[in-house]
Amino acid sequence: MPDLNKIDKIIKSYENTRTPLIYILKDVQKEYGLLSDEILTRVAKKTAIPLSEIYGVATFYSLFTTTAKGKHIVRCCNNAPCHVKGSKEVLDHIKSYLGVETGETTADGSFTLEFTSCLGLCAVAPVMMVDNEVYGNLTPEKAVAILKDYKMKGTSNA
Amino acid sequence: MDNVTLTIDGRKVTVPAGTSVLDAAEQVQVNIPRLCHHPDLPPVSACRLCVVEIKGDRLLRTACSWKASEGMEVTTNSKVVRESRKIAMELLLSRHPMRCTECVRNGSCELRAVADQLGIREISFEYRERKGSLDTSSLAVVRDPSKCILCRRCVQTCTMVQSVSALGMESRGYDVWVDTPFGKGLGDVACVACGQCIDRCPVGALYENSHIQRVWDALDNPNLHVVVQTAPAVRAAIGEEFGMPAGSLVTDKLVAGLRRLGFDKVFDTDFTADLTILEEGYELLGRIKNGGTLPLLTSCSPGWINFIEHFYPQLLPHVSSCKSPQQMFGALAKTYYAEKSGVNPENIYVVSIMPCTAKKYESDRAEMSSSGFRDVDAVLTTREAATMMKQIGINLPDLPNEDYDAPLGISTGAAVIFGNTGGVMEAALRTVYEVVTKKPLDNVEIKAVRGMEGVREAEVDLDGLKVRAAVANGLANARQLMEKIVAGEANYHFIEIMACPGGCIGGGGQPVPTSLEIRKKRAEAIYKADRGIKIRKSHENPAVQQLYKEFLGEPNSHKAHDLLHTHYKEKTPYTA
Repeated sequence: MPDLNKIDKIIKSYENTRTPLIYILKDVQKEYGLLSDEILTRVAKKTAIPLSEIYGVATFYSLFTTTAKGKHIVRCCNNAPCHVKGSKEVLDHIKSYLGVETGETTADGSFTLEFTSCLGLCAVAPVMMVDNEVYGNLTPEKAVAILKDYKMKGTSNA
Repeated sequence: MDNVTLTIDGRKVTVPAGTSVLDAAEQVQVNIPRLCHHPDLPPVSACRLCVVEIKGDRLLRTACSWKASEGMEVTTNSKVVRESRKIAMELLLSRHPMRCTECVRNGSCELRAVADQLGIREISFEYRERKGSLDTSSLAVVRDPSKCILCRRCVQTCTMVQSVSALGMESRGYDVWVDTPFGKGLGDVACVACGQCIDRCPVGALYENSHIQRVWDALDNPNLHVVVQTAPAVRAAIGEEFGMPAGSLVTDKLVAGLRRLGFDKVFDTDFTADLTILEEGYELLGRIKNGGTLPLLTSCSPGWINFIEHFYPQLLPHVSSCKSPQQMFGALAKTYYAEKSGVNPENIYVVSIMPCTAKKYESDRAEMSSSGFRDVDAVLTTREAATMMKQIGINLPDLPNEDYDAPLGISTGAAVIFGNTGGVMEAALRTVYEVVTKKPLDNVEIKAVRGMEGVREAEVDLDGLKVRAAVANGLANARQLMEKIVAGEANYHFIEIMACPGGCIGGGGQPVPTSLEIRKKRAEAIYKADRGIKIRKSHENPAVQQLYKEFLGEPNSHKAHDLLHTHYKEKTPYTA
């Protein structure tokens, strides 16, 4: 069980902020990696905001997560320009390389695969994001090579 | 307040400033379709069915939320309005399962009614099932998200009317749905089981956990002696289920209908409402005399009891130890009545007809079996009782008038007003006054505690002893009073709380729909019932007097405490 006392400190740091919930959730997720039941219940207790409302906010924004995710988050654009430029083939290759469907996390916990809406980079479509990095002009092979790099880096660091 | 004049479809109409276009349109006989807007709740503009054209405005506007203004020209009948509404309706219908014959709201469904109003004959979009599975985790309220049309009335009711917030919106866009946090189910979160969400649901996405089958099984069992009790508020509302106007008082026909269902005895919760007044009245006087915890909080409303357990457990010592009239009735049916009638209590089966869904939860509490038997075996809402009558071909308005059985069917006018907000307070004051002053109360109608305002206060002078009273209905209003107690600002002796707006007449088990107008009519029917009963003070109920003489001894006696009193436990605001 994680140490929930850090939540209280985060909430305290926003005590002079109007409508601080999104900031609090952002910092709490950064600290714990997810917004679980016990974590949000603590936020509810300390902010006196109903848990159902906090849960509504946590599930409204796609960058918040209530479940544990992989070490790296891969977000593939599925909007029209990327689609026209072959994003489906890219995605299919990523899926078979990682062995997961979109919305799932690999068994070793290294990657979570998700969709994203337009990133505003249609000129270099198809695109994907890995964590905070953007990659454009993808081909199926290029995309898989990028992910292989991430995996290698992960093992060498370990 | 200032008035504004606008035209709707070319007709001039003058309304107070701040009136919505939807309400203004009623003045020129235009019924704008709506599925999310409800008279008890602020508009949310979710269903998009009430769109209208406003001259000079590029966009269609939702009439529920758009305020009428001076000189505004509204068109409710144009091609673009008709087509927009039709598409919005077809989109809603394309995600609704359309298994109407299996639905509890077959016959009272607003989605069906509005589809009919709009003349929908085909749906252009393919059916796509909604997210979420059937939630049967609660003893009181069942949720079927597949039928939900996302109007948000339940969420608003739970949050704003009741300040409970068990329900909220989850996710976004196409995937959005109504859920409890982390999908735990109503039975596993701090839902108070009040059922107010059911009363406002336009479709069959929320309904009571039905006890109809277990009641039929009991009635079909020749070894069981099945007795039924009826709560005060049921007689002022059940007629609506049979097409009678709100405010129809049908006490005698209700008795006849229940007898035809096959109950061995038809009794009245009003009998134990009178008894509650004696037990609770003496408890109040005892606390005042002996310096006990004050203010005393009433304990009749099980939704309220759930609320205080979850949200203000530190105030539980304020709560009266009296069981609710429903539970007192059950305890006496299996002891006093069993002795008197010579029926083995093991074979007595107690059914309640209640305006309430929280009564289902209450009847299942472990605390409610101090006689050695479960006090109440099954609880039917007003709606369920009507359904059972319809099942055997009874049309309530056609029935002859019949009387309750003795002795547990004998009651006073003070008992019947338990159905209204302020009624328990008024009934208690009628008795406490006479007990304290030993003088007859000339005018029994204590109007200061009547009304529909959320919180009301009154001071009653009992021959020098001033009783300071407060009344709240609806749990958001109850919360206000609890905050005052917590802050040490509540200088009252006695507080009556009813979980539902208007009290039990607006309960979660009552006929749908509900509105302030409907609740006022039901409340008036209750006061009419009070005026129609010769004895109007609980302590003058001859059957209650006999009960004390033969069985209980005196109010708050040891035996009374064993059978009729209980204590509640602390819970958290986050778990069941």
